[in-house]
Amino acid sequence: MIKLKINGQEQNWDGDPDLPLLWFLRDEAGLTGTKFGCGQALCGACTVIIDKQAVRACITSVSDAAGRDVTTIEGLHPSGDHAVQKAWRQVNVPQCGYCQAGQIMQAAALLMDNPKPSHDQIREAMAGNICRCGCYQRIENAVHLASTGV
Amino acid sequence: MNILTNPKNLRGFERHIKVENVSRRNILKGLGLAGGFVLAAPVMSRPAFAKYETGAGKMPHGTVVDPRVFVAIAPDGSVTIVAHRAEMGTGVRTSLPLIVAEEMEADWSRVRVQQAHGDEVKFGNQDTDGSRSTRHYLIPMRQIGASARAMLEAAAAKRWGVPASEVKASNHEVLHGPSGRKLGFGDLAADAAKEPVPGVEGLKLKDPKDFRYLGKGEIGIVDLRDITVGKAHYGADTRLPGMKYAVIARPPVTGGKLVSFDGTEAMKVSGVEKVMEVKGWPWPSKFQPLGGVAVIARNTGAAIKGRDALKIIWDDGANGKYDSVAYRASLEEAARKPGLVVRKEGDADAALKSADKVIVGEYYLPHLAHVTMEPPVAVADVKGDKAEIWAPVQSAGGTREDVAKTLGIPEGNVTVNVTLLGGGFGRKSKCDFALEAALLSKELGSPVKVQWTREDDIHNGFLHTVSVERIEAGLDKSGKVIAWRHRSVAPTIASTFAAGASHEAAFELGMGLVDMPFEIANISCENPEAAAHTRIGWFRSVSNIPRAFAVQSMVGELAHATNRDQKDMLLELIGSPRIIDLSSVKDLWNYGEPYDSYPIDTARLRKVVELVADKGGWGRAVPKGHGLGIAVHRSFVSYIATIVEVAVDDKGKLTVPRVDTAIDCGTYVNPERIESQIEGAAIMGLSLAKYGEITFKDGKVEQGNFDSFPVIRMDEAPLVTNVYIVPPGPDTPPSGVGEPGVPPFAPALIHAIFAATGKRIRSLPIGKQLEA
Repeated sequence: MIKLKINGQEQNWDGDPDLPLLWFLRDEAGLTGTKFGCGQALCGACTVIIDKQAVRACITSVSDAAGRDVTTIEGLHPSGDHAVQKAWRQVNVPQCGYCQAGQIMQAAALLMDNPKPSHDQIREAMAGNICRCGCYQRIENAVHLASTGV
Repeated sequence: MNILTNPKNLRGFERHIKVENVSRRNILKGLGLAGGFVLAAPVMSRPAFAKYETGAGKMPHGTVVDPRVFVAIAPDGSVTIVAHRAEMGTGVRTSLPLIVAEEMEADWSRVRVQQAHGDEVKFGNQDTDGSRSTRHYLIPMRQIGASARAMLEAAAAKRWGVPASEVKASNHEVLHGPSGRKLGFGDLAADAAKEPVPGVEGLKLKDPKDFRYLGKGEIGIVDLRDITVGKAHYGADTRLPGMKYAVIARPPVTGGKLVSFDGTEAMKVSGVEKVMEVKGWPWPSKFQPLGGVAVIARNTGAAIKGRDALKIIWDDGANGKYDSVAYRASLEEAARKPGLVVRKEGDADAALKSADKVIVGEYYLPHLAHVTMEPPVAVADVKGDKAEIWAPVQSAGGTREDVAKTLGIPEGNVTVNVTLLGGGFGRKSKCDFALEAALLSKELGSPVKVQWTREDDIHNGFLHTVSVERIEAGLDKSGKVIAWRHRSVAPTIASTFAAGASHEAAFELGMGLVDMPFEIANISCENPEAAAHTRIGWFRSVSNIPRAFAVQSMVGELAHATNRDQKDMLLELIGSPRIIDLSSVKDLWNYGEPYDSYPIDTARLRKVVELVADKGGWGRAVPKGHGLGIAVHRSFVSYIATIVEVAVDDKGKLTVPRVDTAIDCGTYVNPERIESQIEGAAIMGLSLAKYGEITFKDGKVEQGNFDSFPVIRMDEAPLVTNVYIVPPGPDTPPSGVGEPGVPPFAPALIHAIFAATGKRIRSLPIGKQLEA
């Protein structure tokens, strides 16, 4: 039995310990905010925060996440008003929106690590997250806005 | 068989071209939404008040203008407006209901948007493709809102015993000016429902100067908050009690078949419950499933792991030798010989022979994959002769028809719930993934989700075509272009529907080939044959990508050959402001629109060039290693010009510091979403120009994920994209926005690279060509 702590709640898993955390979150725990995009840590759609680090849930096994603090988009802020989320809404970032949970989690992790990133630092830190609609200009502006206070 | 002569045989294909004339008076029924407000309005092929006609009435099932279907008012005053088109990122789920709210004077903060299920009899055409939603529905949605407003006003006048001329709806209330009395929409809903339906001809539309929402761009998309908190519901997010999770191993070669499989090892994977064959359809398979072997499990991860353990023997079939290197050579060979003439003016052959100078450009553009961030996915629950689907489909009505046919049940027994789409770009116009889920659910007797992996998406997609475009331009002694011969060779989308289709269909020829807008005396457009060896499908802006690339590249080649500024050359070729006469083109396809309403107007084409040149600083000084390029293209009946600034360093690495785009899309609803579409189109244009290429070897796609099919990431995205929207005239019809931003980007980039480095790229993707 693997014990997980997701968004502050204890969860148990007695299946395949190698199951990617992504599928545990989505299919077993019902936390569908975390998205599947590539399965190989190439696109960032599945980004969650584990112990203050942005992590790709599609290549992180359930056993690797055991005993650590996992935060998904659903748990980023109790009322959905994290500075990054608010900035996203102010800048009207999303088009289709599918990659945005991963983008927001990556941005939130960046700001934990570096509260005032430069534009170059934002672009570098966010380069692992693909947006096929091409919202990058707005994502960059929203991260900058979140870092300067909404 | 010539595909153009018998389109009726082409299910799916026909959805995009057929003409329907159906009276809908007998099918107007209430939606059963909350509240008692019900009205009816006649359905018209030509909307009243519009000074123009659109092709909306000719789409499958046409347009339904019926407020009872689209609007409900609850006693508490909350208004529900139905969105019947699919949301894939364009903002249509917000903008169409916003039009209704504007016209009925509803307060947007009290409006809830409800997504329509697939039912084209009830809602009208739901094919969310072709950049059509606003241009087909601006007037119908205004009429629906105006009908609702008129009935609310009539009900209030009656209650107060005053003339209707003294009352006026405003911001969710009806006011009586002389007495200052007010009634909320909720108070009036029940009475309004008893009012006779106003004739559409008598409806009064709002004066645009009174618009609160339309044209302002101040309303965020309705799903904005849900998206930012992880609650937005996409195809993969549907969860049903007892639902199984499936992935499918599909034939690696288009048209291939399953010979045998061994699921023993797959069944040993923890969480795997079943391994089963999935029915496939022979090639060309239209939108039907390719077949293969499904692994059913308790979660998607287990299903994927189980699939990895399958042992399968395939018969690759007739396309097992498809090889992109050899195929390119065959396209080039075809492009160097005469082909089917699809537009002819003057005598291009003779003029090319007598020309002082002939410039030849041969351009290659490879297959592309859509790679929507959400790979295809669908949930189906089939019980007996009833089916319910939850899927991110662009074509809700078509999906319903196809599910019914595939399962052999009446269409009325099929419910298609349209989720948000995690990107569409044309991929989700094809509902094969929903049909797979339906077939599996029927077999399993339980709900099932079919999830495509990224590799499935890239290996088994409906790819953008691959083409060679060859243009020969003849100049006289003064440097004037007197002859133009353009041969376009590419496998056609029609081949996905009809075996052996080898000429491009009218709707492909109309995307930048026969509608070429230059003022040249001798023109020949030709379409040599090309056989398809994989599924070809619609990809955002479709054939406009290769055509704009070729035509606009040739402008740059001509400017260089005659030592002229590229923008000046472009304007000279466009020529005088005029409406282009294309009566010589047989079966001219004008994006499904009547040519009278949407002609090719070179004044508008010139205007976007001049606007972008002015605002985007054409001719400005740029640092060493930088260059500017400009391109213009009309597609989806909109006019778009783009200037790209590129920087190429001494190692050949390119970056894009700035993009400027001017768009004339006629009357528009939400300029803020137009900007976002154009910003995104620049990214997609850069992706396809820099990296986009799907290749085949031994019939199989050689790429598999974002490592081998890269797309632009933030660290290489344009730093700034500026968008300039041409203000519409009072009666300018609305035109497309979702797709037309893509085509001019790549040629503008290529010109910029030429300006920066002197190297002209004629083959996409750019890849390592600048490093050489």
